[in-house]
Amino acid sequence: MDKTFHISSYCHIKNNSVSLDGKLLFTSPIQEFTAFVKSAAQQLHTNYAKFYKMDNLSKLAFLAADVLLKNAELPVDTENDIAIILSNKASSLGTDRTYQASIDDPDNFFPSPSVFVYTLPNICIGEISIKHQLHSENCFFIFDSFNADHLWTNAQSLLKRNKAEKVLCGWVDFDDKNYEAFLYLVEENGIIAHSPNEIKKLYRT
Amino acid sequence: MPNCYLSYNNILSSLGFDTTSVFEHLKTGKSGIQPVQDPTRFYKSVFAAVIPTDTLNSEFETLEAKHQYTRLEKMLIVSLSKTIKASGVTINNRIGLIISTTKGNIDILNSQSQFPNERVYLGTLGHVVKDFFSFENDAIVISNACVSGVLAVAVAKRYIQEGLYDAVFVVAGDLVSDFVISGFNSFQALSHGPCRPYDKDRIGINLGEVAASVLVTTKKEELSEDAVEVLGEGSCNDANHISGPSRTGEGLYRSITSALKEANMHSNDIDYISAHGTATAFNDEMEAIAFNRLRLHETPLHSLKGYFGHTLGASGLLETLVGMQSLRQNTLIASAGFETLGVSKPLNIITKTTAKELRTFLKTASGFGGCNTAALFRKVS
Repeated sequence: MDKTFHISSYCHIKNNSVSLDGKLLFTSPIQEFTAFVKSAAQQLHTNYAKFYKMDNLSKLAFLAADVLLKNAELPVDTENDIAIILSNKASSLGTDRTYQASIDDPDNFFPSPSVFVYTLPNICIGEISIKHQLHSENCFFIFDSFNADHLWTNAQSLLKRNKAEKVLCGWVDFDDKNYEAFLYLVEENGIIAHSPNEIKKLYRT
Repeated sequence: MPNCYLSYNNILSSLGFDTTSVFEHLKTGKSGIQPVQDPTRFYKSVFAAVIPTDTLNSEFETLEAKHQYTRLEKMLIVSLSKTIKASGVTINNRIGLIISTTKGNIDILNSQSQFPNERVYLGTLGHVVKDFFSFENDAIVISNACVSGVLAVAVAKRYIQEGLYDAVFVVAGDLVSDFVISGFNSFQALSHGPCRPYDKDRIGINLGEVAASVLVTTKKEELSEDAVEVLGEGSCNDANHISGPSRTGEGLYRSITSALKEANMHSNDIDYISAHGTATAFNDEMEAIAFNRLRLHETPLHSLKGYFGHTLGASGLLETLVGMQSLRQNTLIASAGFETLGVSKPLNIITKTTAKELRTFLKTASGFGGCNTAALFRKVS
C-alpha cells in the first residue's frame, strides 16, 4: 500500500508575530523587520552567531525553520533526511535593490561580496541546511502568491520516490518592508493530512 | 512511473541560434568568448560570450510581437518558439511551462530602464512568456542559483510522473549584466582571458548569456532524433558554506549517488560526464574530489564553460542539450582551455574532440547556497 503523509507542524511569521502550530510564541510592537527579527531570534533562543550576518530573506526563512525543526526534536546522533522546498514572489529583490544601489554610483563602485551572495533566493535554503546539517534535496520556486498545489506536488513526488524522508515546505517572502513566512513539515507521522486543501487552510490561519 | 524523455530543443547562444549549428561550432573548437566593449550594456569591457543584439532583434521581429519585450524575454521567446514549432505539440491544459533563471530581467533594475519596476519580478517574466504562447497553465519559475537549468528538467519529470502534465516545455535563460559582472568581480572570480576549467593556470570564470529550451515528454511519438531518456536525478545540498563549495564534494557526491540509485546504474555505466567546471580554483577541485569518491576519474569529462562562459540559470540545460547532440553524433567534445591538470585528484579530461560510441551521460552542476544537481541520460534511438 502507498504510504500516506501528514503535516506534523507549521510555523507563521507575519504581523510582528511568530507562531507555531497556531499558538503564539512571540509578538512585538516593533514594525520594522530587522529590529523585530533580531528581538524574535533572541527571545526564541536562536543562539546562532551567523544569523546576524544574513540578509532579511535568509533571517526570515532561517528563523521559521529553526522554530519548526527545534520543535521536531530531531535525533542529534543520526543524519536527518529533510528536503527543503521554498517559494516566494519577490525572489531576492530586497537584497538585489540594495546591491544595485551600491553599483549605481560609478564613483562609489565597491560592490560587496557579502551582499552579492544573498542576491539569490536559494541562499536561505543553504543557511538552513548548514545549521541543521541537511544534505538533502532542495529547490526554490517563484510564484505570484502562495501556491499550495505546486508545493504539494513537489513534496509528494520526493516522498513517494524516497528522495526524502521528510520535506520542509513553504513560503518566505521579503519585499520592501513587507514580510511573511509560512513553513510546514511533511512526514509520515502527524495528524493533519498532507493535502492542498489542508495546506491552504493552515496558511490562512 | 512513466519514462520521461528530453526531445525537441533549441540553443540560442553566442555560437548560433539552433542546437545543431552550435554543435558544429563546438566540433571545430570555436568559442563564443571574446572581449566585449558595449557601453550601451556594460560599464566596462569584459571577456564574455554574449548574444549578438542585432541578430536577436531581427529573429524576434519575425515573430511579429505586438508589445515591448526586454532582452531576456526576447531570448526566451525566440528559443521557445523554435522548440514549440519543431515539436508540433499543441498547447492545451495538459502542457506545462517551466522557466529557469537566476536573475531574470535584472538589467532593468537600474533607474534608466524604460520598463516598469514590476517587470523585474520573476513571476511577471513567467506571465510574459505564458501569454506570448497562450499557455493555459501558469509558468512555474525555478530560481535555484547555477543548478537551476538541470534542476528544471528534474522538476519537469516530477510534474509529468505525478500526472499533472503530459508534457512540459522548459526554457532557461540569463543575461550578462553589470549586476552579475560586478558581483563575480567582487569575489575576484572573473578571468581576464578565456577561462580554463581544470587547468593548473585557471584564474576564474567568464560570464555568458544563453537561452535554451526543451520539450520534456512521455510520448514516444513526440521524440526528436536526438531524444534522451531521463534515467535519474538528484539535487543535494553541501550544508557547508553559502558561497564556497564543500571540500569533500559532499552535495555533488550525494546528488550523483541519488541519480545512479534511481537509474539503477553503476558509475562505470556512464560513458561521459558533462561537468560544471567553472574554472574557479575551489569549484574544479571540489568536483575532482566528488568524482574520485565515485570512481569516475577515468570517465571522459568536459566543461563547456570555455565555449559559452558561465550562463548561470541556463547552463545546466544548455550543457544537457549539447550532451544530447554528443550522444546522437557519438562525439566527445574537447574541454576548451584545458592543457595541464590543475586539481589534486586525477580526472580524464577530454583534450581532443573525438568520435566514440556513446549511450549515456551524466550532467552535473553546483552553485551558491551549497546546491548541486546531477542527472543521468540515455539515448533513445
